[in-house]
Amino acid sequence: MTQPRTIIEKIWDSHVVTEQPGAPALLYIDLHLVHEVTSPQAFEGLRRRGLKVRRPDLTLATTDHSIPTIDWSLPIADPVAAKQVAQLEANCAEFGIVCHGMKSEGQGVIHVMGPESGATQPGMTVVCGDSHTATHGAFGALAFGIGTSEVENVLATQCLLQRKPLTYQVAVDGRLGRGVSAKDIILALIAKIGTGGGTGCVFEYCGSAIRALSMEERMTVCNMSIEAGARAGLVAPDDTTFQFVKGRLYAPQGADWDAAVARWKKLPTDEGATYDRKVSLDVSALEPMITYGTSPGMGMPVTALVPDPAQAKDAQERDSIAKALHYMDLQPGKPLLGHPIQVVFIGSCTNGRLRDLQDAARVLKGRKVKPGVRALIVPGSQEVKRLAEAEGLDKIFLEAGAEWRQSGCSMCIAMNGDMLRPGEYSVSTSNRNFEGRQGPGGRTLLASPLTAAACAVTGVVTDARTLL
Amino acid sequence: MTKFTPFSSRLVPLPIDNIDTDQIIPARFLKTISKDGLGDQLFYDWRYDAEGRPKPDFILNTPRAKGCRILLAGGNFGCGSSREHAPWALTQFGFRAVISTSFADIFKQNALKNSLLPIVVPKDVHAELFALPEDAEVQVDLASETITLPGGKQTRFPVDSFARQCLLEGVDELGYILLQEAAIAVYESKRTGSINTLRPAAG
Repeated sequence: MTQPRTIIEKIWDSHVVTEQPGAPALLYIDLHLVHEVTSPQAFEGLRRRGLKVRRPDLTLATTDHSIPTIDWSLPIADPVAAKQVAQLEANCAEFGIVCHGMKSEGQGVIHVMGPESGATQPGMTVVCGDSHTATHGAFGALAFGIGTSEVENVLATQCLLQRKPLTYQVAVDGRLGRGVSAKDIILALIAKIGTGGGTGCVFEYCGSAIRALSMEERMTVCNMSIEAGARAGLVAPDDTTFQFVKGRLYAPQGADWDAAVARWKKLPTDEGATYDRKVSLDVSALEPMITYGTSPGMGMPVTALVPDPAQAKDAQERDSIAKALHYMDLQPGKPLLGHPIQVVFIGSCTNGRLRDLQDAARVLKGRKVKPGVRALIVPGSQEVKRLAEAEGLDKIFLEAGAEWRQSGCSMCIAMNGDMLRPGEYSVSTSNRNFEGRQGPGGRTLLASPLTAAACAVTGVVTDARTLL
Repeated sequence: MTKFTPFSSRLVPLPIDNIDTDQIIPARFLKTISKDGLGDQLFYDWRYDAEGRPKPDFILNTPRAKGCRILLAGGNFGCGSSREHAPWALTQFGFRAVISTSFADIFKQNALKNSLLPIVVPKDVHAELFALPEDAEVQVDLASETITLPGGKQTRFPVDSFARQCLLEGVDELGYILLQEAAIAVYESKRTGSINTLRPAAG
């Protein structure tokens, strides 16, 4: 009898090409996603060495980070960004890679575009020069972010040298309450285990609360695995997964589909398999979460009081909280509820999918964005934009006084001119509240689309449940 | 890549935990298509004011940082974004090693590929290093995986054996992987039915 294995080990084992003594395993990569920011130096490296892209048919590109989200009929105003975008398109043309670029209907934030095109499938190894590649783990894929040197390695050889990661079971049970969402689950997990809690590990999210989530919600959870230090996080595939993938552009068809599903059904963790680490989370009493500090681990229920550094468990934590509160200009021991905010950003690879926009619309329908608040709603892809407009969500947003943008990373990473002014507070559905992440001096409060939309209406930090 | 040789240097202390790669180099500087010119943007928002003038009290702007090759940082260094621009900026400033109690996974991999040595030390040694006088020099020897403090105290640090060999010999991983071409081709031939190519599904 073979040893029971986790899904993580099954995917790992089936992708090891070779393991030489003294070297890490050579891991085969099934899908390589490429964007404009972390790839130009890798393509340049290929040219310098006279190498080709080994498997352009397993490589898929898009433009998302540097592009504007305003009028796309105009040229890109920033010459540096324009050059970077043009460089990606030229590299893809030169090396024979399909690019869902800015003018194509398949464009989107790379971690929205991959799944919605059907490129992301269960059991795959997926990499991208982007730390939020863990998003694709929602499909039962081993998906992780890599640096530009590794992008070059994968372009040239379709392989990476990797040490086997530790396995970490994250069991999430209980029924989510009204107004509580997938984003709140992951913010609660990061607050519990810390931003370095998953270092060296791959999470497997399991339990009744995870099973009950849609694919879009599972992507939200997996997306922020890296914010807990884990390079990857995944959910074993089930019928919810198969139904999502079926019929999409790059999904297998006919007999190939049946064969694929038969393979995918063997992926879930075997009974009796063991993990290197475990944590459990009961979400039945979970409240909407929000961050107060400059690390995604600094999260708390929206109704809670801002922590007091004096009550930290050690000197290190005390200094971190004090530094964060100084940057955020927040008072310890005071509620966040009612604190004025100036900007709301709804979008990103964490929360820029149709379900997220529907959540925002539930709150904004028939209401107005508070005067003085700037609300940006940025769909995660052109497909999300089309679907949202078909449902009339754009009208709800525009009538409320929010901005309805083109798809891109936008104010999550603030590379494209969508940014906070110094000192502004933003309630953002994105993934990072680091100092200056949304613009130098900007202050980010991470939250769910429901919470962000509620804050847009009131102009202050709000418990969305009061508006549902 | 050049061979990683032993060196000694004074330390630049940055006693902050969870320093993320957005602090090491803010995203707005990632629009470049080159690896060069990033040293001036290292820790930009901590190092310069809104008008781009150096903040005199930030450690990298003080005479103490001049010529230093070792950054001594708080725990979980390099968390966040996978940008390799972070180690590029650190090495272009002149750093050859970062000492911390822990590193984020992706940053650590990126650093090793750029001859920037991530040195993990136990908490007590970490505290001892922060307590050293400004002019104290620490020796770094990758071959023996040790750092030596003034006075001769030695501490071993763990480095992945393969990465260590690459650094000592001044070679990169890609050369090694390219030599595995035959094994890759065999692997692919065994999996032809289960590798999903990006050919749009027919009607």
